[in-house]
Amino acid sequence: MIRTEGLTKRFRSVSAVSGLDLDVRAHDIYGFLGANGSGKTTTVRMLLGLVLATSGSIEVLGHQMPKAASTVLPRVGALVEGPAFYGHLSGQANLAIFDASGPAGSRRTRSARIHEMLDTVGLSEIGRRPVKAYSLGMRQRLGLAAALVRAPELLILDEPTNGLDPQGIHEIRQLLLELNRLGTTIFLSSHLLAEVEQLCTRVGVIDRGRLVVQDSLANLQAPTGRTMLSTPEVATAMAILNGRVVSSDGPRLIVQGADPAELNALLVGHGVRVDELGPERRSLEQVVLELTAARSDHTERP
Amino acid sequence: MIGVELSKLFRRPRTWLTLVLLDALPTVVAILLATTHLGPRPGQGPAFLSAVLTNGSLFAVAALAIVLPLFLPIAVAVVAGETVAGEAQSGTLRYLLIRPIGRTKLLVAKLISVFSFVMAAVVLVAGTGFVVGRLLLGHQPLSAAVSSVSGSQLTPAQIAFRTLLAVGYVGVSMLGVAAMALFLSTLTDSAQSATLGALAFLIGSSLLLTLDAATSLQPYLPTRYWLSFVDLFRDPMLLRNVERGIGLQAVYVAILLGAAWANFVTKDIKS
Ligand SMILES: Nc1ncnc2c1ncn2[C@@H]1O[C@H](COP(=O)(O)OP(=O)(O)OP(=O)(O)O)[C@@H](O)[C@H]1O
Ligand SMILES: [Mg+2]
Repeated sequence: MIRTEGLTKRFRSVSAVSGLDLDVRAHDIYGFLGANGSGKTTTVRMLLGLVLATSGSIEVLGHQMPKAASTVLPRVGALVEGPAFYGHLSGQANLAIFDASGPAGSRRTRSARIHEMLDTVGLSEIGRRPVKAYSLGMRQRLGLAAALVRAPELLILDEPTNGLDPQGIHEIRQLLLELNRLGTTIFLSSHLLAEVEQLCTRVGVIDRGRLVVQDSLANLQAPTGRTMLSTPEVATAMAILNGRVVSSDGPRLIVQGADPAELNALLVGHGVRVDELGPERRSLEQVVLELTAARSDHTERP
Repeated sequence: MIGVELSKLFRRPRTWLTLVLLDALPTVVAILLATTHLGPRPGQGPAFLSAVLTNGSLFAVAALAIVLPLFLPIAVAVVAGETVAGEAQSGTLRYLLIRPIGRTKLLVAKLISVFSFVMAAVVLVAGTGFVVGRLLLGHQPLSAAVSSVSGSQLTPAQIAFRTLLAVGYVGVSMLGVAAMALFLSTLTDSAQSATLGALAFLIGSSLLLTLDAATSLQPYLPTRYWLSFVDLFRDPMLLRNVERGIGLQAVYVAILLGAAWANFVTKDIKS
């Protein structure tokens, strides 16, 4: 759905994105993770043809961008660096203006589509008030509604949950999951690890303009071949396991070996009580921190 | 798309405020004239103001002459400066472009909406001038003949026709400023900067017109032929300067729009 090769953008001397090879497949929920200033928004702008790449190629929905923008973009819904509206007009009027401005927005179905979308994002009661009276989260919801109003095949969302309350984040997550289930491919950028962990099937991590990893979430969080164990009798357990303990943190031990059942039998056999036991999985946070830390060790610049 | 641009322009309260202010100045002048009967002596002050005391219909043209030097170009610069930079400032530009609207198409739509505003403004000023003039000033019957600037008599039909020509000419005269503001609007993300830049261009031109040392430049200044619409009320009509004025505006429009287009279609939209 999205494929870039060697995508690079330099702003004068600043290199915002360098040699990015993205691969977003159909039906993915792709999480594009990166710290502030790592190049997420710049990448999104290039995907949408707003910013022209310094070098490299972009393919979206099977066509070259930005050359094929007029065939690609009608099938894409997007949120780029926060929503934007005409403040003196109502939410409803704003959606109607954007819908009427371009192709693929049938006038006949417009008002029905807009009402349905406002309802979906929870703005049905407020859709008639001018947007300048909206709160941050309400604007964010309206921005999502604007991206969704023509049922796009591909959603490109730059920090979609910015400014939303926990309830709102939950609603949007459910909405995106539902859309994905119905066939929409979703590319979302975020600096929130938890958000990506809860929502995405594939993850790309960008660090200072470079892609440091791109893999399925399941692979990234694959068991490490070690077992995590929690017990109130740490000293006894360590004595029994003698030498197999990799690290300990209070009642928690990380033990070599990928077979929790074997470990359980061993400990219980010795009369050691066990609170918790399971294969160790790395959190996305650990993965990302390790990868970005590795990079900072190797970068020559301060 | 063009319909959408027009509806955006005319749904903005500021557009209507601008039009109201534009009509307020000639109305105030008409009230003052009607209460004091102190017209400027012929040949002084804005054109036609001495004639309107006897024939109110002429106040349509007089109203144009009143707003032409400053009020009208400021209004045009505000609206045209807003076009692209205003969308960039509010962030809506990126959403229009990914809608998608081709950049050339957006620019053309903006251009047409600015042109519509200019024509609406000019027609409204002339119309208000006519109504106010009939109500407050010189109550000659509509059928009465009017003296031309050259002193001979013009029939009401001739006056009506020439007033229409004048409306068109004043509209065309504003296109250079409009194109300048539109060009600057594609350069900056601040509507105010674009407007002020266009006004600087205008004021610079007006200033050079008064300077003897700039004589060689004067035929090329955008404001050079603005007041030539007065020539339309001579008998016979004197078209030389009007034609030059139209040609000059056309050249400014072509160059500035070319520059606006070249800049806008390759620009990184970072707003
Ligand atoms: N218009 C610009 N001119 C110069 N440099 C820019 C411009 N826009 C972005 N940059 C630089 O490009 C880099 C990437 O910026 P970008 O906005 O893509 O980051 P981001 O990942 O979206 O960050 P955030 O999480 O804060 O939104 C930054 O170093 C920034 O300083
Ligand atoms: Mg960003």
